[in-house]
Amino acid sequence: MTTPAVETLDLAAKFAGVTADTRPGYAGWIVPAEALTQFASFVRDELGYDLLSSLTAVDYLEQNQFEVVYHAYKTAGGPGLVFKVQIPRQDPAKVASVTPIWPGAEYQEREAYDLYGIIFENHPDLRRILMWEGFEGYPMRKDWKEAFYEEEAKPLKSRWPEGRHTLAETRVPFGDNVSFKPGFDPEKWTPTDPEELLYATLRKYTSETKDGITTDHVLVNMGPQHPSTHGVFRAVAMLDGEIVVSLKPVMGYLHRNHEKIGERNTFLQNMPYTDRLDYFNSMYNNWGYSLAVEKLLGVAVPERAEYLRVIMGELSRIQNHLILFGMLWNDLGAYFTPALYAFEERELILDIFEAVSGTRMMCNYHRFGGVSRDVDAASLEKIKGLVFERLPRRVEEMNRLLSENEIFVSRMKGIGYLSPEDSIAYSVTGPNLRAAGIPYDIRRADPYGIYDRFEFDIPVRHNSDLLDRYLIRMDEIQQSLRILRQALQQLPEGPVLTGKPQYQVKVPAGEAYGRVEAPKGELGYYVVSNGKGNPYRYHIRTPSFINITSLEKMCVGGKIADFVTILGMVDIVLGELDR
Amino acid sequence: MYGQGLLKGLSVTLKRYINTYVDDFKWWGKRYFNAEGIAHRSSKDANGIFTVQYPEEKLPTPEEFRYVPFLVYDEGANGEKNIRCTSCGICAKACPPQCIWIVRSSDPVTGRPVPQPAEFYIDADICMNCGFCAEYCPFDAIKMDHDYELASYGRNVFDKERLMKPASYYAQIRPLNNAREETARAEKAAAKAAKAAVTN
Amino acid sequence: MTANELNTPGYEIPDDLKDVVAITTLDKVYNFGRRSSIWPMMFGLACCAIEMIAAQASRYDLARFGMEVMRPSPRQADMMLVAGTVTKKMVPAIVRLYNQMPEPKYVVAMGACASGGGPFKEGYNVVAGIDKFLPVDVYIPGCPPTPQALVYGLIKLQEKIDKQSIKTVRWYQKGADSVETPIPFLGPDLIDPRRIPEIKAKAAELANPPAEAAN
Repeated sequence: MTTPAVETLDLAAKFAGVTADTRPGYAGWIVPAEALTQFASFVRDELGYDLLSSLTAVDYLEQNQFEVVYHAYKTAGGPGLVFKVQIPRQDPAKVASVTPIWPGAEYQEREAYDLYGIIFENHPDLRRILMWEGFEGYPMRKDWKEAFYEEEAKPLKSRWPEGRHTLAETRVPFGDNVSFKPGFDPEKWTPTDPEELLYATLRKYTSETKDGITTDHVLVNMGPQHPSTHGVFRAVAMLDGEIVVSLKPVMGYLHRNHEKIGERNTFLQNMPYTDRLDYFNSMYNNWGYSLAVEKLLGVAVPERAEYLRVIMGELSRIQNHLILFGMLWNDLGAYFTPALYAFEERELILDIFEAVSGTRMMCNYHRFGGVSRDVDAASLEKIKGLVFERLPRRVEEMNRLLSENEIFVSRMKGIGYLSPEDSIAYSVTGPNLRAAGIPYDIRRADPYGIYDRFEFDIPVRHNSDLLDRYLIRMDEIQQSLRILRQALQQLPEGPVLTGKPQYQVKVPAGEAYGRVEAPKGELGYYVVSNGKGNPYRYHIRTPSFINITSLEKMCVGGKIADFVTILGMVDIVLGELDR
Repeated sequence: MYGQGLLKGLSVTLKRYINTYVDDFKWWGKRYFNAEGIAHRSSKDANGIFTVQYPEEKLPTPEEFRYVPFLVYDEGANGEKNIRCTSCGICAKACPPQCIWIVRSSDPVTGRPVPQPAEFYIDADICMNCGFCAEYCPFDAIKMDHDYELASYGRNVFDKERLMKPASYYAQIRPLNNAREETARAEKAAAKAAKAAVTN
Repeated sequence: MTANELNTPGYEIPDDLKDVVAITTLDKVYNFGRRSSIWPMMFGLACCAIEMIAAQASRYDLARFGMEVMRPSPRQADMMLVAGTVTKKMVPAIVRLYNQMPEPKYVVAMGACASGGGPFKEGYNVVAGIDKFLPVDVYIPGCPPTPQALVYGLIKLQEKIDKQSIKTVRWYQKGADSVETPIPFLGPDLIDPRRIPEIKAKAAELANPPAEAAN
């Protein structure tokens, strides 16, 4: 890559008012709040950081300020740029929205508004996104306590040495995981419709007058319980006949508070929680998190562990894509045959995960500085059998079964188009970005682990429609098999963990952003440590959540029946969409 | 020609359909309800019917498989249960969802703590089967179980009695791990004895 | 259930009628019919749902138990398999779906989250167990339960059904109506309509602590 390393840039000299972040362990630039919009355009247009990877907020209670953190990257590759805006911690805390520059920030800003109460000015549609409208308080603020709150950080003192089992329900005033303000009277409380604001955003589309004839549009709710939404996802569509006029995704039905719980957990305790983000790819979720914490710890990973990480990660990618094909066909109406075929291969891969890590899905395999246990000879033989013999054959069979089917092609070709420029603007990552012709893959653009040692291609397709998004995943399976073959041949002997296994790690103060190319796109973890045993801030930038920003753009103008397929090909998983 | 891709796909399903019978004939009488047949059906050569007919057939659980934890006790000569747990509390501290509660016991006469748990609870409805308790236990006292047939008609909070299982059971479900830990313990004991001999 | 089991009503059959007539109880036939065609609702919440799909798929094949027909519509479903974390935002929809299911209906709480909150119990948007709202028949611990553990749980449900009798089941009682759970709603926090008086009293108490507490 010919991109200049970020350290050589002296932004303080180039842009007035910008100062370097000099706190120990921190990096990047601090931008004055009033100059944010100009700075963001400067960064995108002059410096070429076209992809806004992550936007999040941190609540520094002691300094009495909110900090909004931006991570921008170049799709051409190379290191990223971190910049921050600090605003006083007060209500209302206001900062300018960057959605005019990076539309991909839309949902991330809504999330920061929902959880921190930061108001993004000029945001097109600032509503709560994960919690419902009317929920009391901003839960991620440091001084906001959940109903079952016991202590600031784990381990909790009530568990030992006098740890008599009590249900959390018996300890709280309302006898359940709810809390109300003193004096709250549910009978006198006037219910407000939590959906009101959502429908208000769609009301401008209710009717349309064309050639003197007024047509009424139909409002259709899909989900949260719907067979085609891949979980508890909901979309509200405004339809003109069958044509989608506007479509708003509604999420939060599986918002499990990973980030709040993550701030109470110790660093290691977060590892099994990451399994439950994208529950198809726990191996990859572990990787992103260990990468971030290893950056803070400065610990090296032994050779064998690096190879094991690659092997497990790529196996995970293969089964993820296979399941996607199976489910895609379910969505298209070919009920279950391809899904059953795909599940066979997945079960065999999960058998390996089970033998190596202990469970089929929630592997909890990575540790800081390695992996939890070595792979045994029998499992290694099984992996080799799969990679060298079975999977190439079966993937080819899958390809024959599906790829040329005329019905399939006609349902997919030219549907759900998203231009390359829009793809970047909406921060789309992963196979969907590569299907738009942009060869951006973190394994190459910003290599982590030992990916720089393997020979593999970044497959690219150019039509940016559903068919290409499908085909690119087929190509990716081939490349994954190629990486696996090399990794299995080169797998060295040796230890799999640096240092002794320990359940409490001392992490130096600072911040780190670890990102990996997960099967669904860029998975990033932003971790802030203040030198204590638990992270001060634990933010997850998940591909599902950010890729879904472009959903409306892809659906509008198409038929409602295609929405199901478009959503299927965004490849969302609710665990990481809602976190 | 339109429809060629369709036929190509259908030929795959047809082939798989026929293969079901081919494999059944090939493995006549040995394919179902025996360990060899199950191993074949979960190997890289699996072909034809893939189903494992639980509960008549059960997939073998790999040694590292983990479900909810249990407490290991050594059987004494007279059938007494010598629990290995010393109530050090490491498992309760390492547990991510904090589902372990331990009460340390104390000597009724002197009031000094005794290295044994008086009570031990695991709320199986909070436990996330991560295996940290077993991984970081310095006394090999808490281990992850292989028994997944736990469904019940009520909530599952396991107390000490429910959690205790003999060391022989542990040796049976995790032979390799057990052997490794036995050697490590024997070495440690030997080193301790040698050290004691030197100081005397 | 084998044919032999079905044919043991607990009555003595005269010797000359043996192998000629079969006597069984209506309960047994009725239970046999119900337990062999439990249609689950197609409804997955979180991680457990993937294991539920795996149990439906080729390897574990719930069709062997007559449970392969997953119905997306609650009107056609017999069993609600609550597979995953129940959140406050989702629970009104779940209760509504349950109310729409026809009797007889069963609820299986799959996994730690649905049984008692699971690892996410402490979270602010999580309902600590679906049994706070719906009557749960079988609890399956595990995070997530493996497909085999799920199948075991469903066998437990079948055993439960086997023990029921037409004479005592709720839905044939005189004046019996479908059980309806009042639908919780989203206010400043999740409000369970059945607990409104309790919430009101408690909140009032918090606002004006009783004199002895103040001292």
